[in-house]
Amino acid sequence: MNKSVYASPDQVSETKRHILTVLVDNEPGVLARVIGMFSGRGYNIDSLNVAEVSNDENISRITIVTHGTSEVVSQIEKQLLRIVPVHSVTNLDQEGSSVEAEVALVYIYISETNKKKVYQLCDLYRARKIENENNTTIFEIAGSSERVNRFIKEINEITKVEIVRSGPVAISSIQKNEEE
Amino acid sequence: MINEKTGAEIVLKSLAEQGVEVVFGYPGGAVLPIYDTLFKQNSIKHVLVRQEGGAIHAAEGYARSTGKTGVVLVTSGPGATNVVTGLTDAMMDSVPIVCITGQVPQHLIGSDAFQECDTTGITRPCTKHNYLVKDVNKLSSVFHEAFTIAQNGRPGPVLIDIPKDVQFASGTYEEKNKIIIPSHRLFEPSPDFEKNKIEEAVELISKAKKPIFYIGGGCINSGPKASKLVREFVDMVGSPVTMTLMGLGVVGSSDKNSLGMLGMHGMYEANMAMHECDIMINIGARFDDRVTGRLDAFSPNSKKIHIDIDESNINKTINVDVPIIGDVKQVVEKMITVWKKKKFQIDEKALKLWWDKINKWKEVDCLNYNNEGKQIKPQYAVQRLYELTKNTKTFITTEVGQHQMWAAQFYKFEEPNRWLTSGGLGTMGYGFPAAIGAQVGHPNALVVDIAGDASILMNIQEMSTAVQYRLPVKIFILNNEYMGMVRQWQELLHGGRYSESYTDSLPDFVKLAESYKAVGLRAKTTDELDDVITQMIETKNTVIADIWVTKEENCFPMIQSGSAHNEMMLSKDQKQDKKSAEKGKILV
Repeated sequence: MNKSVYASPDQVSETKRHILTVLVDNEPGVLARVIGMFSGRGYNIDSLNVAEVSNDENISRITIVTHGTSEVVSQIEKQLLRIVPVHSVTNLDQEGSSVEAEVALVYIYISETNKKKVYQLCDLYRARKIENENNTTIFEIAGSSERVNRFIKEINEITKVEIVRSGPVAISSIQKNEEE
Repeated sequence: MINEKTGAEIVLKSLAEQGVEVVFGYPGGAVLPIYDTLFKQNSIKHVLVRQEGGAIHAAEGYARSTGKTGVVLVTSGPGATNVVTGLTDAMMDSVPIVCITGQVPQHLIGSDAFQECDTTGITRPCTKHNYLVKDVNKLSSVFHEAFTIAQNGRPGPVLIDIPKDVQFASGTYEEKNKIIIPSHRLFEPSPDFEKNKIEEAVELISKAKKPIFYIGGGCINSGPKASKLVREFVDMVGSPVTMTLMGLGVVGSSDKNSLGMLGMHGMYEANMAMHECDIMINIGARFDDRVTGRLDAFSPNSKKIHIDIDESNINKTINVDVPIIGDVKQVVEKMITVWKKKKFQIDEKALKLWWDKINKWKEVDCLNYNNEGKQIKPQYAVQRLYELTKNTKTFITTEVGQHQMWAAQFYKFEEPNRWLTSGGLGTMGYGFPAAIGAQVGHPNALVVDIAGDASILMNIQEMSTAVQYRLPVKIFILNNEYMGMVRQWQELLHGGRYSESYTDSLPDFVKLAESYKAVGLRAKTTDELDDVITQMIETKNTVIADIWVTKEENCFPMIQSGSAHNEMMLSKDQKQDKKSAEKGKILV
């Protein structure tokens, strides 16, 4: 990419993947505000996940996977905080350690010839077969995006599949006291 | 229930409780209940504009000249879309606005009803926050929160979209002091962070050999006290100070420390001082591209202190050494206290050498222009306007273009809040409605819109508004028959091919004024200029003064896009090197 003459001279840090969790008031339009900030300012969203926080139904958690230099990601965090219904923004990579997981549902085209291999691989990855009324082979696999990627790559080598993925959610794994 | 009110009544009561005196608006189907309630009361004045775009710029002019929040009331659909430019303008320049839009009744939302549009969707990126109110019982709390958000932290526009059925519905009104706004929805500076950084910043300033203060519009938004404190602090340090387009007036133009405006069409000495300083103290400015020029050559050897209420401005384009998040008047007050307590003193000898250097740059006399002949130079017209109005309480607004830059360069501002111009968005058509708003806020002051012939036509319909409300606004057109700044860029960067920048078939501005029952004046030569200006000032009516100026005058000095502060062009004859000119051409 050609460096713009308006680009900051000090932007030398490398592009990295970041997981941001954003707590927001659960009000109409809040997701559009968050997404619109990303598209309007030219930032990337690799995946996005929204759900109510279980202990307070008025607050939702948005988990965003993005990539950028540390300067860009810090700017993203600050821009998110300007949005009125945003409570907090946490960059899990800067928190130190975190645990992330996503779910993939995989429809596997199965035949007599590949059946054994498919089941072996699913076993290896602890992918669970989901019973359904049409009795088709749909597996569920959970884990880090990297693990899901590996599974998909290997199953693709055996047979044709259809995949839907949730995108990751993540939580900080730093020890906390119960009173907090 | 006896205490129940209609939604429309709640709107008016909320405005009254918020201390609103005037609303700029335009009626339509989806706001008729509010207009009906407006009709039955006397405490809030309504100014009827001629296009909704005029309403919001008028509200901006009112807000920026008075320090209060500007209020706009328009209908759904086209009413709402017409205010989008003004909302964006207010967002960029941090102007507190509450904009009320009508919406089709809820059961019609989403059906492509007549005059329906997704107002909150369209205005989401150009407001600080917006609401679609579906429950009449929440209306008053939304209003009180909206006013708080518009004014809190970095000010900005807030929009409230109210479906027509909610305006008719009955509900309860809650008073302002009963509303609790959760803290995360507002700006709150962290006091600890500030304290340490303030001491660090002040110590850094005390060690400066070549300091410069770089002052922005945030100082004006922080209120008149902020300007006073900034002046006091600058004086204590004895440092030169330069201001952005938005910051003019924070430090008086005649102040011995003032170097005037910096940036693309700023003063040579101000830009050179920014380039060579060792400590830069940015107070309430945001390193805008009109100010910085080429970033990799921006003030390369300085340590930078940045005081801003909006954390997202920190390290956005320029990395700074000491960031302080907070309100200007609070931060600067603490800085003064620290400076006094620690008995800091700047190195007088070094400071004198620094001023000697700056005074050499001043000798370049960068605003010098050739003022020969009978034809009026636009710069001269602004100079005369200044001389003849400087002893009157005067508000100057502008449109956007060459005339705006000449106004910034040649009109000398001694006070904050007297200069209203569209800085961030650069909205042609801003100045005249903004002048109307300023005149509404200051009925006895002199309000002059320095305009260009092209810009003024963008909101000329507001002549009708000005005349209806007997607002003696003066429109001072520097008429060169060109979109002057476009023509200048075409001359400098596009081989003099003046593609569509000549305005053919301009109206006769004198007759145009007269057709609105206003007064039209014209000056064609330098001999006529002073008389026209004097007559304009003395006329107790709306005036258009059509000043015929030389047609192909350029606005200098200039940092061409993609150039650095120390690469200023002082005149047309000074050619920029070709390579950087080519690079700069793709920029705006």
